[in-house]
Amino acid sequence: MLAFTIRRLFQAAGVLLVVALFSFVMFRFVGDPINQMVGVDTSPAERAQLRQDLGLNDQIIVQFARFVGNAVQFNFGISYQMKQPVAQLIASRFPATAELSLVSALFALLIGVPMGVYTGLYRDTLLSRLFMAISLAGISLPTFLIGILLIFVFSVHLGWLPSFGRGDTVQIGGFWTTGFLTKSGLLSLILPSITLGLFQMTLIMRLVRGEMLEVLRTDFIKFARARGLSRRAINFGHALKNTLIPVITITGLQLGSIIAFAIITETVFQWPGMGLLFLQAVQNVDIPIMAAYLLLIAFLFTVINFIVDLLYVAVDPRIRLGGSPA
Amino acid sequence: MTPTLSVKNLRVEIPTRRGTLVAIDDLSFDIAPGEVLGMVGESGAGKSITGSAIIGLLEPPGHVAAGEISLQGERIDGLPPDAMRRIRGRRIGMIFQDPLTSLNPLYRIGDQLIETILTHENMSHAAARAKARQLLEEVGIPAAGERLSSYPHQFSGGMRQRVVIALALAADPDLVIADEPTTALDVSVQAQIIALLKRLCEDRGTSVLLITHDMGVIAETADRVCVLYAGRMAEIGSVQDVVKRPQHPYTVGLMAAIPSLTMDPHESLAQIPGSMPRLGAIPSGCAFNPRCQFAFERCSAERPEPYPTTSGRAACFLHDTGGSKLPPVENARRAEKAGIAVKGRTEDTVS
Repeated sequence: MLAFTIRRLFQAAGVLLVVALFSFVMFRFVGDPINQMVGVDTSPAERAQLRQDLGLNDQIIVQFARFVGNAVQFNFGISYQMKQPVAQLIASRFPATAELSLVSALFALLIGVPMGVYTGLYRDTLLSRLFMAISLAGISLPTFLIGILLIFVFSVHLGWLPSFGRGDTVQIGGFWTTGFLTKSGLLSLILPSITLGLFQMTLIMRLVRGEMLEVLRTDFIKFARARGLSRRAINFGHALKNTLIPVITITGLQLGSIIAFAIITETVFQWPGMGLLFLQAVQNVDIPIMAAYLLLIAFLFTVINFIVDLLYVAVDPRIRLGGSPA
Repeated sequence: MTPTLSVKNLRVEIPTRRGTLVAIDDLSFDIAPGEVLGMVGESGAGKSITGSAIIGLLEPPGHVAAGEISLQGERIDGLPPDAMRRIRGRRIGMIFQDPLTSLNPLYRIGDQLIETILTHENMSHAAARAKARQLLEEVGIPAAGERLSSYPHQFSGGMRQRVVIALALAADPDLVIADEPTTALDVSVQAQIIALLKRLCEDRGTSVLLITHDMGVIAETADRVCVLYAGRMAEIGSVQDVVKRPQHPYTVGLMAAIPSLTMDPHESLAQIPGSMPRLGAIPSGCAFNPRCQFAFERCSAERPEPYPTTSGRAACFLHDTGGSKLPPVENARRAEKAGIAVKGRTEDTVS
């Protein structure tokens, strides 16, 4: 188990190093960084001086090592456009995205899994058909349309929920701002979370449903019934647990996408998160921000996958103990 | 004495888009306390469906359309789901064909045993654990105490089937339905498992419905045999009679098709011409009549009732009005020579 964890950690480090290489290479290929920093009236001598000061004349490998060393300390340089440290910019935006993603993921899981179990168990009831119809809409409608529809209904027509922004936030610790503690913050979370989580919710629901249907047909469920176990024990103890491996896999991947692709939702709702920051960075070719964003997302994906791997082991003894029969 | 299980005129129907299939038609048999009834027939004859119908686990839309199933004199077909659930495991145990897939791979076998015991019996967790351990010892699993915390994948197929038997017997049921319990196992393990099942059921006075297509297993284990054909009973009788003196032409053919060590190795096995009809296309009259060499007019016009034979009943007009008109066959090999189609050695002509 320890060996497994360590091996996975090394793999994760390897992945991050490769992504770091890509981020680093971005600086070189998207124009000369010096040109991005200085004005037109800077003399060639000053440029050369700046190049020397920034270490751009060093060996590539040395520069890459410096980049990685800085990245490990969350030092991603200064934004070309905003003239502020990138780490600071990201830190100010990260809580908004993290909270939105967390609520979306919880929404997707806490609603998607029960709906999936229900539609798997009671295939032909009216409610199941309704759920399946909703899920079809959730899968096929693009995110921005859902967001706009929700704004139209709940903000414009009914006037119940705010249509943009985070509402009032409270500062916790050094840099973390949270919307969880104020009423307007919580209300502001509802529409964007639903928009962002709806696709994942329907995906999880359909996945759980499919897996449940599969598992309920297996011999061990039939045998559990023949042993007279209660419906509850069979459906939740025996069946649901056996659907967990694929559900964990997909949920892990989807959680990563929720964070990485919150961009559209953040744009629709003017959510002050990393997505907006990234979009602005792309528009202005603000390489340090793009590089840092890339690394951060890769880091989150790696961490999530690492946790997913550990969860597999926790759920399935066959992975934990190897398949040697007595 | 009240039979442990009494099935009367059972009819199981499976509605489909192209009409209703009758999977089991007018099947009646009893199982006495402590008795082992073998049930044989080709694939699709309705053996497993009979087992599922008795324990109340027919796959929808299949359902019991008519007839009665009684356990110790008490009707159990049509019970509400929860009452039926309490009978399963507690009074009727069931063993399935494939031990590799019968156990939940994610739970320790001790937990699966304890869960079953606690579902049916009111005892402490510790007592249930002690009982689980004792059950594992009884089914012959070495180091039972340690093995309680093993997962199914850590056992071999034979050992898993022992665990399955322990699970089926966990709450001391009155009847065990064993649906092809040895089919998925190595030949060397099959005999051990059958012997184990037989011994445990004898010790407890448990009745057994042994579903199999292995006549060897039936001959060794069963007291009586019920032969099914296309969802209908062909013949029922004591194991000696059915094996040595089959009374239904189908059984005669079935017995003739069993290879034996004493037979001439160059001789081909007997076959019954044709194949069992699909459920949607059962011929009128006797279901076997198109394949039967003794068939006469009445066979395709009327459905034969089960007529009494020496030790049981046979659904064949040859047994109507008392005496059997079946040519006196003493054993299955004779029947083959009497003319039940023997397939030629085709491979000779090919090569």
